[in-house]
Amino acid sequence: MILALQLSHFSAAFLFALFSSIVFGICFRNNTREMVRYGAYCFAVFIVGMWIAGWVMWIIHH
Amino acid sequence: MADTQTSTPPSQTRAVAAPTLTAMSVVAPAVGWLIPGAGHLIQKRWLRGLLLMISVVAMFAFGLAMDGKIYQSNTGDLLDILGFISDLGAGALYILGRMLDWGGNAIYIATADYGTKFIAVAGLLNIISAVDAYHIAIGKKQ
Repeated sequence: MILALQLSHFSAAFLFALFSSIVFGICFRNNTREMVRYGAYCFAVFIVGMWIAGWVMWIIHH
Repeated sequence: MADTQTSTPPSQTRAVAAPTLTAMSVVAPAVGWLIPGAGHLIQKRWLRGLLLMISVVAMFAFGLAMDGKIYQSNTGDLLDILGFISDLGAGALYILGRMLDWGGNAIYIATADYGTKFIAVAGLLNIISAVDAYHIAIGKKQ
């Protein structure tokens, strides 16, 4: 490809979290309500984990 | 000595029995692997199938758009073999990508490495969804 899509770290991680959470929610739970809850939980864990990891890396760097 | 095997209730025997092999239990995961989400669609799980299809295809497409690499089968490097197995999980997307020579460039920007991971994870997520289609087909899941 000539022009590559250049996403920021956060945008790439956000998309990764979004798509992964949808699949996890659908595949690892049995009914619709549980799927939505588990998908939202996975998404929150991804985002919060990324935020914490970002600050940990900032602290190590400084 | 009492025979413990004969005292097992029939309901418990049924609970541990192996799932019956039906045509759908073979076709659903195979179709689900080949076309992301199709294993759910052929079992009339329309919304789930559509969401799985969008997620896997979008992830694969974003990976390609970020100039990610699609692994080949015969490089001999262990990490490349693992990458190949992950990519192969995307089914027809992988086959199409190899046929059209997508994702063959050397990685020269940071986002291209993200793209490579997006492609690999799209394949792994598709394997999870194909297994889920199998579970629906054998009645283990609604």
